[in-house]
Amino acid sequence: MTKTSTSSSEPLIQVTDLSVSFNQQGQITEAVKQISFEIPAGQTLALVGESGSGKSVSALSILRLLPQAEPPSGQILYQGRDLLQADEAEMRQLRGDRIGVIFQEPMTSLNPLHTIDKQIGETLLLHKGMNSKQARERTLELLDLVGIRDPEQRLKSYPHELSGGQRQRVMIAMALANEPELLIADEPTTALDVTIALQILELLRELQQKLGMAILLISHDLNIVRRYADHVCVMHQGRIVESNNCAALFANPQADYTKMLLDAEPSGQPLALTDQAKPLLSTNQLKVWFPIKQGLLHRVVDHVKAVDGVNITLRQGETLGVVGESGSGKTTLGLAILRLIGSQGEIRFEGQSIQHLNQKQIKPLRRELQVVFQDPYGSLSPRMTVAEIITEGMVIHGIGDSQNRQQLVIDVLCEVGLDADALHRYPHEFSGGQRQRIAIARALVLKPKLIILDEPTSALDRTVQSQIIELLRDLQAKHQLSYIFISHDLAVVKALSHQLLVMRAGEVVEQGEAKKLFEQPQDRYTQTLLQAAFSA
Amino acid sequence: MFSITARLSPINRRRLERFKQNRRGYWALWLLTGLFVLSLGAELIANERPLLVSHQQQLYWTLWNDYSEVTFGGEFDTQADFKDPYMKELIEVEGNGWIIWPPIRYRYDSINYDLSAPAPSPPTSENWLGTDDQGRDVLARVIYGFRISMLFALILTGASSVIGVIAGAVQGYYGGKVDLIFQRFIEIWSGLPVLFLLIILASIVEPNFWWLLGIMLLFSWMQLVDVVRAEFLRGRNLEYVRAARALGLSNRLIMFRHILPNAMVATLTFMPFIFNGSVVTLTALDFLGFGLPPGSPSLGELVAQGKSNLHAPWLGITAFMVLSIMLTLLIFTGEAVRDAFDPRKQL
Repeated sequence: MTKTSTSSSEPLIQVTDLSVSFNQQGQITEAVKQISFEIPAGQTLALVGESGSGKSVSALSILRLLPQAEPPSGQILYQGRDLLQADEAEMRQLRGDRIGVIFQEPMTSLNPLHTIDKQIGETLLLHKGMNSKQARERTLELLDLVGIRDPEQRLKSYPHELSGGQRQRVMIAMALANEPELLIADEPTTALDVTIALQILELLRELQQKLGMAILLISHDLNIVRRYADHVCVMHQGRIVESNNCAALFANPQADYTKMLLDAEPSGQPLALTDQAKPLLSTNQLKVWFPIKQGLLHRVVDHVKAVDGVNITLRQGETLGVVGESGSGKTTLGLAILRLIGSQGEIRFEGQSIQHLNQKQIKPLRRELQVVFQDPYGSLSPRMTVAEIITEGMVIHGIGDSQNRQQLVIDVLCEVGLDADALHRYPHEFSGGQRQRIAIARALVLKPKLIILDEPTSALDRTVQSQIIELLRDLQAKHQLSYIFISHDLAVVKALSHQLLVMRAGEVVEQGEAKKLFEQPQDRYTQTLLQAAFSA
Repeated sequence: MFSITARLSPINRRRLERFKQNRRGYWALWLLTGLFVLSLGAELIANERPLLVSHQQQLYWTLWNDYSEVTFGGEFDTQADFKDPYMKELIEVEGNGWIIWPPIRYRYDSINYDLSAPAPSPPTSENWLGTDDQGRDVLARVIYGFRISMLFALILTGASSVIGVIAGAVQGYYGGKVDLIFQRFIEIWSGLPVLFLLIILASIVEPNFWWLLGIMLLFSWMQLVDVVRAEFLRGRNLEYVRAARALGLSNRLIMFRHILPNAMVATLTFMPFIFNGSVVTLTALDFLGFGLPPGSPSLGELVAQGKSNLHAPWLGITAFMVLSIMLTLLIFTGEAVRDAFDPRKQL
């Protein structure tokens, strides 16, 4: 990704007035509206925008990979040929040969039934006409190129045997197999942990320099774009609202929307804490071990230590940030504190040990201890109206009577920034951010003392994220709430947490006051994490 | 799903739309419902008694009440047989009255003694589909038999769905040991030979409608367990189920309110096919002679008669037509329901 602008060179691909629309039940929605951009050979163009802005649709229509769309209008000139006029045979020649694609989800974009060898070899056999021996050699070469260790052994692996990062590397190897001139990378790192995401992007940059290909990078993450793109197009509701050289765009954004995006980085400080705040929750050597059973008698041979010996103390009005990469045991810790999964060790809530309470005894405590989950699409029952969802907890805990419950629901909806007319609508009618507000309202209506927030902002766009964080902070100030904030996103955690807990493979790597920890991380792992997140 | 009439959620509205889109299934359901409702009033359609008799300016509800011949000026104090030409004359001529007959003047068990040919007799204007080998009107038997088949299948499907859903829900939701033990039990239970049990039973008691239903129910509830169990296994890990547990909802409430609606999709999709299976099972048992008591109107018995009287093709043809039309309509309905619940199907 050479940062020299070579505007004089002939563009590799030139998109003019491209429009794509979908026909859903007779309703025509225009996903992309008359966008134009061009990518010179060897350069990187980034399409930036929030979810639903039409980034992926525009990129995929270059390859005409959207069968359910109406035929797009406009012009896509690839080395002077209009791809929208090309026939299917010609497109097949281009796909996977001249133009490679990396998809967002490495989990689902590799066929789970084929070995790595077969998946990569397929394009080679198809486009290059190699025999299987040549293909194997080339595959090894490619795996080596994308930095997979022991490529010989990996050849016969199936996708599930690889980690997320390795899978994404395999995807890249597949895309690069035929040395494409253009690589379309559709959110290549969104599903990966930050440290791994960084490695993948570095790899892409290296490969670009080595092979001289152009990259169309699609991302919602401005940090990535700033670091890796030459040219940036900002998309909003299907239109390109701003398009400029990368450095110029970040230094001097023109469109209002771009400014909003740039300002949307989570900011602010956690609320000041009073000194005499009472301790609310503490754990002592909290462990969640899943036994590994083997043999005929199912004897326990070992344990998977999902959470291993965690001690925390949380005061009223305080936020504990729990960070770590996927699989580090963050969520398990949250569920253990909620007593939704079994654990060993002591959990004290307001001085009372809650570890050995049975379902009936713990019911009154459920009111005080609430939770908001990551996926706002999954955590609300799709068959219940908003009013029913929020009222459910009140009925269980006998809060209010049938007359004033509706008023309580309206109050709490206003508090989280929703209108009263949301009452009789269903969750799917709301956007991700609004759904997360409903989930917060459901917890809040019980007047809890502690809310466990399990990645509450991860599924949301940046602008919505910062709104939710503002809301959480306001609510904390108003109700003296304590939070346990679980996230992999350090920027978000930083804006909210008093204390920080860094987890890795079930163990606590580092723990302490958040401010100090962000400034002077002691542990090597914490340092890498922080560097990956804030080095832009 | 529980307030289908009161307030349809958008997803259910779309399903209803999709169901209507499948014209074939939609009409099949209407036709089937219409035929079933008609057959519920079988006594009004096919009966050996008149519906209403007027005699000397007085109305007699002969369908519900028994009247003696003497009432109409006859000589013997026995129950009036209105088919007798003598009775007809008594009422219409001497009593200055009239008789309203149902369209078919035979019940499933009334025997026509004035056949023009030896039984089984071919179709005539009197017996539209002929008579069987005991001189009983085939059309009347078909109407009553259809009603029994439908009722049997309806009750069996309903009851086995309820039991199956509960069993599947408990297994899937609690998992672990409960699941393990229950699954093994089902494996053993489903290995039991149903037909042998029925034959043994037939030698102990006379199997009537309810006995048969009970025995079939003992084994038919297992069909739904697997799908519902799978749905609950998946459902208990959904985030909104977790959220409900964190709210402090009881297990029963979570199962009923949060997971069951998911499982209902699978259940409703399966139901028409279970229904179909029930109809076939009853017919097969009757055909073999282990079903309903002798003399009851049953489609299976008609098939058996058709088989043993190949020289009277109207028996076999009628049985075949009735069964195939009924099962085809059911399958069409089932297909439409399945399509309606298929999330991948576009309108």
